[in-house]
Amino acid sequence: MKNTLYDKIWEDHCIRKNDDNSSLIYIDRHLIHEVTSPQAFDGLDIKKRKIWNKNSILATTDHNVPTINRDKGITDPVSKVQIETLRDNCNKHSIELYDLGNIKQGIVHVIGPELGLTQPGMTLVCGDSHTSTHGALASLAFGIGTSDVEHVLATQCLNLTKEKNFNIIVKNKLKPFITSKDLILYIIGKIGTSGGTGFTIEYTGDGISCLSIESRMTICNMTIEAGAKSGLMSFDEKTHNYLKDREFLPNVKYYDQALKYWETLVSDKDAIFDRTEIFNAEDIEPQVSWGTSPEMVTSVDGAIPSSDKVSNKEEYENTLQYMGLQSGTDIKSISLDKIFIGSCTNSRIEDLREAAEVVKGEKVANNIKQAIVVPGSGLVKAQAESEGLDKIFTKAGFEWRDPGCSMCLGMNDDFLQPYERCASTSNRNFQGRQGDKGRTHLVSPSMAALAGIKGHFYNVREFMNEK
Amino acid sequence: MKNNNFKGQVIPINRDNVDTDLIIPKQYLKSIKKSGFGPFLFDSLRYTSTATLDSTKIREEDKSFILNRNPFRNGNILVSKSNFGCGSSREHAVWAIQNFGINTVIAESFADIFSRNSYTNGLLLICLSNENISTIINNALSSDSYKIEIKLESNSIILPNGDDIIFDIDESYKDRILNSLDDIELTLRYKNEINSYENKMKSMKPWLFGNE
Ligand code: SF4
Repeated sequence: MKNTLYDKIWEDHCIRKNDDNSSLIYIDRHLIHEVTSPQAFDGLDIKKRKIWNKNSILATTDHNVPTINRDKGITDPVSKVQIETLRDNCNKHSIELYDLGNIKQGIVHVIGPELGLTQPGMTLVCGDSHTSTHGALASLAFGIGTSDVEHVLATQCLNLTKEKNFNIIVKNKLKPFITSKDLILYIIGKIGTSGGTGFTIEYTGDGISCLSIESRMTICNMTIEAGAKSGLMSFDEKTHNYLKDREFLPNVKYYDQALKYWETLVSDKDAIFDRTEIFNAEDIEPQVSWGTSPEMVTSVDGAIPSSDKVSNKEEYENTLQYMGLQSGTDIKSISLDKIFIGSCTNSRIEDLREAAEVVKGEKVANNIKQAIVVPGSGLVKAQAESEGLDKIFTKAGFEWRDPGCSMCLGMNDDFLQPYERCASTSNRNFQGRQGDKGRTHLVSPSMAALAGIKGHFYNVREFMNEK
Repeated sequence: MKNNNFKGQVIPINRDNVDTDLIIPKQYLKSIKKSGFGPFLFDSLRYTSTATLDSTKIREEDKSFILNRNPFRNGNILVSKSNFGCGSSREHAVWAIQNFGINTVIAESFADIFSRNSYTNGLLLICLSNENISTIINNALSSDSYKIEIKLESNSIILPNGDDIIFDIDESYKDRILNSLDDIELTLRYKNEINSYENKMKSMKPWLFGNE
């Protein structure tokens, strides 16, 4: 047997092979949110089509929601219509919705795993590219557009062409205070933002198996930034321990049967991959992105690369102009205006603990206009509060918010003003992503927290050793 | 109604990694419709100020951006470089391109989800080599008008000087562009197969179908 984990899940869900290259693939779980679903429901209504299996669907509000003063309701009338449209659609079709005010509301990719809605071996889709996150639990998960959301609602299937297999092997352990965010930024810096296009990436090696499930999610989450729709990791003891006791897990009647199946969710020893790359975790220092694409990244001890290192000079010049930076500038000399700790990449409890460890007993620097911490879900928020993390943050001058996507894409009131510079734990540094003309530097939670305290970038390993 | 006239003015966007945030910024994703995105295509490059879906103010165009200059503002074939459409899965990016009046995008390569969304909406995507792309972009930038024609039946692009470029395209994609297909209808032809798969799974993996 020479099957990869991807081959196995694919085969398990293949209903039929079509005449062209595609196959009809069954979808087990469908997560929806307010932004990419309204046109899909509209399409169903127009054709008077029914939902195939409403029990496979869970909805939440996350992209558009306020993270402050929720009791005042949603003030932006356009956002309000979108959220009310989701409520109406869920009502009409009897779909479970975790809405504002429900402790289970949160970023769709945080609540799926946290509630046990994401399970190993599933096919899982959502109208959002960071659906790749769920692959950390050995499920085949990928983002889809709105037409495909409609297609899954109506048929529980998609016609898909199989991707190729890409194995990224990570050897050795990360050094202390270096996180999986640094690892994935480093990998994207090496293979580029289209390095994974046309592939499903499986991450293997002792550098991956030693990581916690939440750390693994950060890697799968940013796999889309490497161009691949899905990232995968095999099922192991850690996956099992993570899943135990989650709300929507198989009940006792089926649990052993499920577990037996889950244990098969690893690539065969001699599985064939179309491409393989090896990285050494020990090589990695804290990473900071300096440009407007996640591949434009370097170590915190480095500097903005010079133009002779890049192929497209014009784009390089435009990037530096947009970012307000010069070739050769030391990363550590870059000072910040805002700090954002949150997003489906880094808003889980371990991320907040990591940031709080840095923040404890410190104060936000004077030049920082705003520093916000936005937990990924109501449950993460409650857990953090029970550990006193909220107090650590607020005492230092960080704002403690309600869950949602927030400044990751700034669809609500949390966004950058033109030319403001932000250290962000999110996943995209595209032009305008966090606000028109805003400047984003992607970093890990502890690096973002530290940038808030120092007012500029600083090596978290050095800082923690001094502390 | 399909627009099968693949002849027209080229709009060169001379950069790699054109992401979907750039194609249509987030504030317009609050719409619950599939139409009306045309005026917001490449919004942050096209105007000197931002807007929202419900604002009515008339904005100043940035004349240095290609879509605000003749003859490009009436173009229907967008040409760009590698990894076009990367980033967010928003189908609004494809709708915005189509709403603007563009029916073809030619690039060195496309991001996966964007390709998929283009396919479902019948937006024609063509991959060409770096060399061919550079020729088209450079010529389009230096001419008063640069019109090319795409002949789907022969997989070729005819340049204004009469040269042609042959490209590869998936036959089912071509079929999709030439005929309006209802994907859901097509899938529902296999309703019985989906049902029997589901029944099989209900006994093999019962935990996936609720805990009753
Ligand atoms: S947190 Fe950011 S990347 Fe994640 S789902 Fe929300 S908007 Fe998308």
